[in-house]
Amino acid sequence: MNFDLGDDYELLRKTVRDFAENEIRPLAKHLDEREEFSLEITKKKGEMGFLGITVSPDFGGQGLDYLSYIIIVEELARVDASQAATVAAHNSLGTGPIYRYGTKEQKQKYLPRLTTGNALWAFGLTEPDAGSDSNATATTAVKSNQGWILNGQKTFITNGDTPLTIGATIKARTGIKEGEKKEFSCFLVDAGTPGFSTSTLKGKMMWRASNTAELFMSECFVPEENLLGKIGEGSKIMLSTLDSGRLAIAAMGLGCAQGAFEMALNYSKTRKQFGNFIGNFEVNSFKLADMAMKIELARTFLYKTCWLKDNNKSFTKEAAMAKLYCSEIAREIADEALQIHGGYGLMKEYDIERFYRDQRLLQIGEGTSEIQRLVIARHLGLNPIF
Amino acid sequence: MKIAVCLNHVPDTASKISVGQDNQSIDTSGVTFVVNPYDEFAVEEALKTKEKVGGDTVVISLGNDNNKESIKKALAMGVDNAVLLKTNEIYDSLSVAKILANEIKTQNAEIVFFGKQSVDYDNGAVGQMCAELLGYNSVSVVVGLEINGNKVRAEREIEGGREIVETELPVVITTQKGLNEPRYASLKGIMAAKKKIIDEKIPENCSNYTETISMKKPPAKQPGRIIGTDATAVPELIRLLKEEVKVI
Repeated sequence: MNFDLGDDYELLRKTVRDFAENEIRPLAKHLDEREEFSLEITKKKGEMGFLGITVSPDFGGQGLDYLSYIIIVEELARVDASQAATVAAHNSLGTGPIYRYGTKEQKQKYLPRLTTGNALWAFGLTEPDAGSDSNATATTAVKSNQGWILNGQKTFITNGDTPLTIGATIKARTGIKEGEKKEFSCFLVDAGTPGFSTSTLKGKMMWRASNTAELFMSECFVPEENLLGKIGEGSKIMLSTLDSGRLAIAAMGLGCAQGAFEMALNYSKTRKQFGNFIGNFEVNSFKLADMAMKIELARTFLYKTCWLKDNNKSFTKEAAMAKLYCSEIAREIADEALQIHGGYGLMKEYDIERFYRDQRLLQIGEGTSEIQRLVIARHLGLNPIF
Repeated sequence: MKIAVCLNHVPDTASKISVGQDNQSIDTSGVTFVVNPYDEFAVEEALKTKEKVGGDTVVISLGNDNNKESIKKALAMGVDNAVLLKTNEIYDSLSVAKILANEIKTQNAEIVFFGKQSVDYDNGAVGQMCAELLGYNSVSVVVGLEINGNKVRAEREIEGGREIVETELPVVITTQKGLNEPRYASLKGIMAAKKKIIDEKIPENCSNYTETISMKKPPAKQPGRIIGTDATAVPELIRLLKEEVKVI
């Protein structure tokens, strides 16, 4: 066993931390308040290489391993969940499926643009009536002359409607297989395709500086060459994408927890009550000790899961565990960190208020905590009734 | 054109510094080390100079294996080559200058960048000493720089204003905040840095010209005194400022 991350990962962490502190922190509160997606920060993230992290340099990416990707997301989330979310969604869900399942032509067509910061790609899985029950996908694709006609609607799609978005991967039902099993397939739908439209969802509680959209397909013709993977591989593509995506959501939980913990620790060393720094009171020092312990455990396990993935070992169960644990400790730590801030924690002037809201998505997005438990239980040989 | 940049690896200015048990050095346990902040301007200016006039950049650092952390950052920012002059000795300014000057000569560098001072011992002397040892021109505390052919035009910060200096290559420039905005190492840069080799050399023996007798922390700040809270306190305040603190 070797737990030494080494100089290269530390240099990466420091670099991302500097970037996040200098380029993101000064703007995060303002963008959150205005519910504004920042083109400027997205382009800077592209210049840093954050939008094609694991993609091979052959397609304009950085060719880094998954652990590097996870450290980048963690460090961005330590400062601002919205900016981390844009990166995580684009890498895991946007470029991920194209890179893993695309043909050479598809990769050459899309990836060089998608790794620069000048273009984003979305992932259309969730529908108004198909959330945790992703087999309930109602969007349909019907074969027509030299292509497919798509009809349906997607919702809660990150990066779905930004000025940089050039399209989305859409999961649609392509038929019924023998034995009455539904058959799903994935399609690459370019922005601007007739019948394809997008609309930003406003009024979010969290991740307000990231873009969340609805996608609509109405008699939308997609040519045959835009089929991603094979017919019938839709569920496989989506589920394997989510396995990897969960690691990035876990990294967001870990980064959020780290950021909230640091705020609480600093505040407890400067705020005096009853003539003492509040961190010196046992009740608070024990809270901070618990936070530090949970963060260490979360980080150790998440990095181990990355190691499994980077070494081509199976990691589905561990990804579910990491996503579940990191997102739940983010909730616990943001909550206790806010408690340590007392009344000031309820004010927007203090960043902990934003962290408290931002963490709440993590137990819901990319598989709810309940679904993670289901995945883990199935790996234990159980078949939970629900 | 060979462009050299000398880099120091120093305690982060945010660290709490305590004096070691020998009373002659700082206790480095628990202290994080970073690239000397003024050297970051030097690295950036070396890279910008290369982009403009072409050539090759080399980073030179004197210290132990820990310095590699800072050297790697410079490589990730885009510096081409690196030399670590490996030693565990603590040298004073003139000794450091002699060792660095030797290496600069070996590298045949005509433009050399230093930070204006290192934030550890704060002597602010090594750059200029190196220039003297090498017989190079030197401009210190530089906030603006143009190099055209052999001509160097530098703006330096002076009390209450700016001074413009012209000189010629070869030159040593020491850099001040305001000269440029150091770039981030991009992921491409970090990946490229993994493949760059740090050339490790043992510097020739050098003896110090000064000896550190002892180090101590400054006395703790005295708590403030409240003389009064309304206008009646003004005469007493003026008396104290005149007689006790002697500032008016």
